Amino acid sequence: MSGLKQKGIAIYRWLDSRLGLAGPVIEAAEHPIPKSSASWWYVFGSAATVILMMQIVTGVLLALVYTPTARDAWNSLNFLNHGLTLGWFLRALHGWGSDFMVAIVLIHMTQVFMFGAYKFPRELTWILGVFLLLMTFGMAFTGQVLRFDQDAYWGIGIGASIMARVPFVGSKLVHLLLGGPIIGATTVSRFFALHVFVIPGILLAFVGLHVWMVLRLGINEWPMPGRLVRRSTYIQEYEAEIHKDGVPFVPDAGWTDAMFAAAIILAIMACAALFGPIGPTGPPDPTIIQTVPKPDVPFLWIYALLALLPPKLETPILLIVPVVVICVMLALPFFAGEGEKHWSRRPIAVLMVLVIAVSLGTLTVVSLNPPWSPEMTAWSADPVQPRFLRGRTPLERQGAIVFQEKQCRNCHALAGLGGKRGPDLASVATRLTEDELVRQVLQGGGNMPAYGSALSPAQTTALVAFLGTLNGNERPARDPSLELTHSNAAQKQQKF
Amino acid sequence: MEHPTTQPSQHSRRTFLFKLALLANGAVGAVLAVPILGYILGPVFKRGRSYEYWIPLGFLHQFPEGETRLAHFHNPDGSPADGQTRTLPCWVRHIKQNQFQVFAINCAHMGCPVHWFPQSKLFMCPCHGGVYYQDGARAAGPPPRGLFEYKYKIVGDRLMIRAGQLPTLATHASIAAPGSSPCQG
Repeated sequence: MSGLKQKGIAIYRWLDSRLGLAGPVIEAAEHPIPKSSASWWYVFGSAATVILMMQIVTGVLLALVYTPTARDAWNSLNFLNHGLTLGWFLRALHGWGSDFMVAIVLIHMTQVFMFGAYKFPRELTWILGVFLLLMTFGMAFTGQVLRFDQDAYWGIGIGASIMARVPFVGSKLVHLLLGGPIIGATTVSRFFALHVFVIPGILLAFVGLHVWMVLRLGINEWPMPGRLVRRSTYIQEYEAEIHKDGVPFVPDAGWTDAMFAAAIILAIMACAALFGPIGPTGPPDPTIIQTVPKPDVPFLWIYALLALLPPKLETPILLIVPVVVICVMLALPFFAGEGEKHWSRRPIAVLMVLVIAVSLGTLTVVSLNPPWSPEMTAWSADPVQPRFLRGRTPLERQGAIVFQEKQCRNCHALAGLGGKRGPDLASVATRLTEDELVRQVLQGGGNMPAYGSALSPAQTTALVAFLGTLNGNERPARDPSLELTHSNAAQKQQKF
Repeated sequence: MEHPTTQPSQHSRRTFLFKLALLANGAVGAVLAVPILGYILGPVFKRGRSYEYWIPLGFLHQFPEGETRLAHFHNPDGSPADGQTRTLPCWVRHIKQNQFQVFAINCAHMGCPVHWFPQSKLFMCPCHGGVYYQDGARAAGPPPRGLFEYKYKIVGDRLMIRAGQLPTLATHASIAAPGSSPCQG
């Protein structure tokens, strides 16, 4: 045994006398950090790096089988899922790894922002971090396209439609994105090149620089209220702190990083095993139009914005806001490079994080069951509940048939069943009088199409008669002026 | 130890040669960049119109008068690896006699596939809720205009359309606006 150990040491010495890496690596691992930074709050960056390693390994393994053409990509995904031993698990690891990556990178960035770690002298580390965030989203989007299914096909169409809104060069950008005039083989192959060569190459270089700067400039100290960053004194203060109260990164802080990274990889494995691979959904055949395309979770908030922004503001917001946001993020360490680091003294920073987190979170959650999309099959799949038909006249029941047949249900629910695009009509008669119903149905308005040309007078009469019964147990809406004129007319009739 | 470049004569000569070598590399790099950029930006330099062709859509009898039917066509530009993405759908509305309207499948908002509902005479989009009337005019929802419309012509008993690129707000240059006004409705 001891002979084996000595042989091992001899091999190590042989290698290190040639490589000379052991010294610098050990020095880097044991570099001193402020004692306060040996915390569970400082584990997210290393976790993102470990997930990146896993994504590279699983990505290379998937590339052994995946075929990057529009014709074969979908079949190769299904072959991975069903035809290969554990192919499904590798796909699941890569897919869930991607979602975890986006989440951890966002958490890492939030933590860095809240702890003021972007301030002097770590400005460039933050700027590279902003690019790393953008590249993480770039990887998530290109990866979603490579899972070349229905969602991916129409998702690229959405990307192209956004590009098309850029003034003057919109059509050029569309052709550049697609690699040609339509979504096809050149589109898939260029997204493949971006996803496996271009973005990962830049990503790895930037991660290298990012980590190098963390080692060179030292990890951010735990912020203390009232302890201000000044360019003139910060470095001396930091040096003094790690000299007086520093601990080596390994093992004092490194164990939390290692433990958290293991937990995250375990969590990804658990999600992969429990929930399986993500997609593919239906084949990327544009002639199959019975589809409701939806982006992956990291982009659901954009999907929501596209539905909820006022149409007139959509293009300017889509084109200007991202540029402004990225510029502000890049410029942040230059206009806020000094001063207070502690969150309790930075109320605007806290408020910004809260507003952004709540907005993105809400938009994402709403998108999981989007109320703005019509339910394309509701008119034939969701019947009118029997309670809305009991005790109704034949005309009113005929109206219920018109209500179903004219696809009203695709946008209007009845007591929660049906589309959510328009208001639920279970109590519409308490809100609109008969005349108002007729006007709304025939002329539309308020984001409802006019049905004037799609309904015969008899159908309109029946439909409005049915809608007039939908008042629950409340009093139906009434038009007092109408009653007055009716009663006047009745009195006149009595006189004659 | 004496540094080799401290001798002034060698210094100036070697430095000059090194700078010359850098310059040569810069020049070669610039020349090399031309074909590389030309290759990458190929799709940009090609004129949008040159992607468009007259494509047969089907026989006239496939499109009964007064009805709107789904039709397919094969995109002429493309690679053998396109597979099923090269067969594209569109909606054909036969108004009367030789009057047609051929709508792109892509919603004018974000390009999702619109569905035709003959009962309510509406096109509905499943993504963000865009709705269009039977003549393609915008009826409701976020689309900034009506449905994109392909130019068509009738050759013998066949319907032909002018198509070849993904219709978007920027690439519909040769695609006619629907009806008399795209803002109608």
